[in-house]
Amino acid sequence: MKHSVLHVALAAVAISGAGTFGATAAWEPVRPVEFIVPAGTGGGADQMARTIQGIVTKHNLMKQPMVVINKSGGAGGEGFLDVKSSANNPHKIIITLSNLFTTPLATGIPFNWKDMTPVAMLALDEFVLWVNAEKPYKSVKEFVDAVKQAPAGSIKMGGTGSKQEDQIITVAVEKATGTKFTYIPYKGGGEVAVQLVGNHVDSTVNNPIEAVAQWRGGKLRPLCVFDGKQMAYDEVIADGKGWKDIPTCKSQGLDMEYLMLRGIFMSPKATKDQVEYYIDLFKKVRATPEWQDFMKSGAFNTTFLTGADYAKWVETEEKRHETLMKEAGFLATN
Amino acid sequence: MEELVNLFHGFAVALQPFNIMVMILGIVLGVIIGVLPGLGGANGVAILLPLTFSMPPTSAIIMLSCIYWGALFGGAITSILFNIPGEPWSVATTFDGYPMAQQGKAGEALTAAFTSSFVGALFAVIMITLVAPLVASFALQFGPAEKFAVYFLAFCSFVGLSKEPPFKTIAAMMIGFALAAVGLDSITGQLRLTFGSTELLNGFDFLIAVIGLFGIGEILLTMEEGLSFRGGKAKIDLRVVLQTWKEMPRYWVTSLRSCIIGCWMGITPAGATPASFMSYGIAKRVSPKGENFGKGEIEGVVAPETAAHAAGTAALLPMLSLGVPGSPTAAVLLGGLLIWGLQPGPMLFVEQKEFVWGLIASMYLGNLVGLIVVLTCVPIFAAILRVPFSIIAPLILVLCAIGAYSVHSSTFDVVMMLVFGVVGYLLKKCNYPLAPLVLAIVLGDKAEEAFRQSLLGSQGSLGVFFSNTLVGTIMVLGLIALFWSLIQQGYSRLRTAAA
Repeated sequence: MKHSVLHVALAAVAISGAGTFGATAAWEPVRPVEFIVPAGTGGGADQMARTIQGIVTKHNLMKQPMVVINKSGGAGGEGFLDVKSSANNPHKIIITLSNLFTTPLATGIPFNWKDMTPVAMLALDEFVLWVNAEKPYKSVKEFVDAVKQAPAGSIKMGGTGSKQEDQIITVAVEKATGTKFTYIPYKGGGEVAVQLVGNHVDSTVNNPIEAVAQWRGGKLRPLCVFDGKQMAYDEVIADGKGWKDIPTCKSQGLDMEYLMLRGIFMSPKATKDQVEYYIDLFKKVRATPEWQDFMKSGAFNTTFLTGADYAKWVETEEKRHETLMKEAGFLATN
Repeated sequence: MEELVNLFHGFAVALQPFNIMVMILGIVLGVIIGVLPGLGGANGVAILLPLTFSMPPTSAIIMLSCIYWGALFGGAITSILFNIPGEPWSVATTFDGYPMAQQGKAGEALTAAFTSSFVGALFAVIMITLVAPLVASFALQFGPAEKFAVYFLAFCSFVGLSKEPPFKTIAAMMIGFALAAVGLDSITGQLRLTFGSTELLNGFDFLIAVIGLFGIGEILLTMEEGLSFRGGKAKIDLRVVLQTWKEMPRYWVTSLRSCIIGCWMGITPAGATPASFMSYGIAKRVSPKGENFGKGEIEGVVAPETAAHAAGTAALLPMLSLGVPGSPTAAVLLGGLLIWGLQPGPMLFVEQKEFVWGLIASMYLGNLVGLIVVLTCVPIFAAILRVPFSIIAPLILVLCAIGAYSVHSSTFDVVMMLVFGVVGYLLKKCNYPLAPLVLAIVLGDKAEEAFRQSLLGSQGSLGVFFSNTLVGTIMVLGLIALFWSLIQQGYSRLRTAAA
C-alpha cells in the first residue's frame, strides 16, 4: 500500500517535472501581468497602455489578466526604478516614452535603460509644430521670421514637462534657426493644446493625438512635422488637408528630426522565452483592427522593431539625447 | 430649442433597458469606490475602464460617468460617519458632518449631504444643457495667471474668512505648502527635498495625509477620551430623510451660492476640492448661523457638498468640449473616449450628437438613480455607528491602511499615514486647524506651477496678475477676502469715530 502511494507520488513529480519542462519551452504568464506606465493617467503613454489592455482583454490574447499601474513619481523615475528592482519577475512590463532617457539624465536617479530587458518598439510618436489658426503665419519661414523680429524671449513655446522631449525640440529649433523662445512647461499635452487655442502661448510641438481635435475644430494650424518623411495618413482632417499634407520641417528649412519611442521593456534577467512570449503577444495586438484605428487616430509612425535592432535603436537615441541635453545644459549637476 | 430636441433624443438613448442596468451597476460600484478611502474615483474608473471596452461607447460612458457620480456620493459617507474623507472634496464635509454624527444625527447629515449633492449636480447639468458652447469659450480665457488667481482666491478666502486665529491658519497652511513642494519640481524638472530617497520621488500624496491626519488622528483622540463612541443613539428610520427634507429649503440661498461657486470652479478648471472649501468658508462667514459652523450645523454640510458635486459635474464640460479634463477622474474618462474612437474637442458636439446628448441625459438620470440608491441606504449607513468603538476602531485602522497602500501600492505610504496620524493628533491638541494644511497639500503645487508659468510668460513681471480685467478682478477679490476682518474692523472704527 505504502509502496503504491510512493509510486503515485513519484509519478506525479515526474509529470509535474515534465510540465515545468514543457512550460520553459514556451513560457507564459502564471500570474497577472503588471503593465507599468511611468506617467500619469490620461497622457499619451497611459492611453496606449490602456488601449493595449483593452485589446488583450477583448480578444482574449492572454490567459492571465493584464493590470495597468501608473507610477509617475519623479518624471517616471518611480516606474523605472520599480522595474529595475524586479529582477527575475517576468510578470512586469513597462511602456516607455522619451523619459526613458531624459529622466535619468535630468534628475540623476540611478537608472539606465540597460537595467531592463528590451522587448519591442511598438510605434513612434510624431511631433508637429503648431500655431494658433488666427495667427497670420502659414509656413515655417513666416513663423521663424516673426520670431526673429519679435524681442528675444517674447515668443512663448508651450510644452509638456520640463527638460523632456518638448523642451529638447524647442532648444533644437532655437539652435537651427538662431531664435530664442520662452519655454513654458505644462503637465499634460491636452492642456498645452488648449493654452495655444486660448493664445496663452504662441506655438507648441504637440503630438498629433494631443492637438488633432483642435485642428479639426479649425482652432490650430500645423506648420511642419519633425520626421524624415511625411506622415502616412491621407484622410482629410481640416481645410481639405490631412496628416499627409503636412510638410517635413527639413523641407521647410528647419533641419530637425525627432520621434518619440513608444516601446516595451520588461524586468531585468528575463529569459529568451519570456521575451519571445511578449513579442508574440504584441505582434497579435498589432494585427487587431482596434490597434490600427488607434494608430490612425494618433497618426503614429508604425515602425516595429525587436531584439538587437531595437536595442541598437535605443542606444543611438540615448547618445543623441545625451548630446542634445548636454548642449541645452539640462544634465543633472550632481 | 434644438438643444431640447437633442436632449429628449438623449433621454431615449439613456432609457434603453441595458443602459439603465449599466447605470445602476455603475452607481453601486461608484459608491463602494467612494467609501473606500484611497481608492478614489480616478483609480476606480481606471480599474474598471477595460470592463467597458466590449460595450457600445454610449453605454460605456454612461457606466463610467455613473461610477463617477457614485464616487461623489460615496465620498461623503465615511467623512460623516468616521471623519475620514474618502475623496479630497469631502474634507470640508467632515467639519460639520462628523459633529452631527457624534450628536446622533448621522441620518440627517447623510440625507443633507446626498440631497445637496443631487441639487448641485442638477444645477450643473442644466447649465451644461443650456449654455455649453458659451461656457467652453469662457474656459479658454484661463491661462496660468488666471488659474493662479483662482487658487489665490481659494487660499485667501480660507485665511480671511476662517474664525481661527489667522496666524495659526497661516502656519498650518505653510506646513502644507512645504509638504506639497516635495518631489519633482515640474518647472525645472529637478527633484527637490527628496534627500536621495526613492520613496519621496512622488512627494506626499494628499490622500495619505488626509487618511492619517483625519482618520488615524481621530481614532487617537477618541481613545484618549476613553474609548467611547458617541454616535450610539443613531436613529435607524427612513423617516429621517423626510424630516431633513422639510428643513432643507430654508438653506436655498446657501445652496444657490454653492451651485454657482461649484460650476465656476469646475469649468475653470480648479476642480471640486477648492470649490467645496471655498463654499464652506463663505457660508460660514455670511450665514446668520455661522457661529455654530464646525459644531454640527446642517448648513455646513449643504454648502461644501453642493459645491463639490456641481464642480464635479461641470468639470466634464471642458473635457468634452475642449479635451481638457477638469479633474483626475475626468482625465481617465478622456482616455476612455479616445479608446472608443471618440475625439473630444470642439467638434464632438457637432459630430457625435447621439453620444454627447446620451451622456448629458444620463447625467440627469444617473444622479436621480444615485440619489434614490444612497437615500434608501441611509439607515444602514447610520446603523454602522451602533457598533461599539472597540470593534469598529480596528476595522477603520485596517481600512485606512488598505486605502493608504492602494494609492501607490507602497508600504512606505502606510508608515507615512501613521506619522500623519500622530501629527494630526498633536496639531488638534494644540488647536491648529487641519483644513488649511490639507488645502495647501492639494493645491500647493498647482498654485506654485501656475505662478511660475505666469512669471515665465511675463518675463518676471508681477504685473501679469493685473494685466486684464478677468485676472485683476479675481486677484482683488482674493485680497479683499484676505483682509476681510481688518476691513470690517476698520469700517466699524470709522463709524464709531464718526459718531
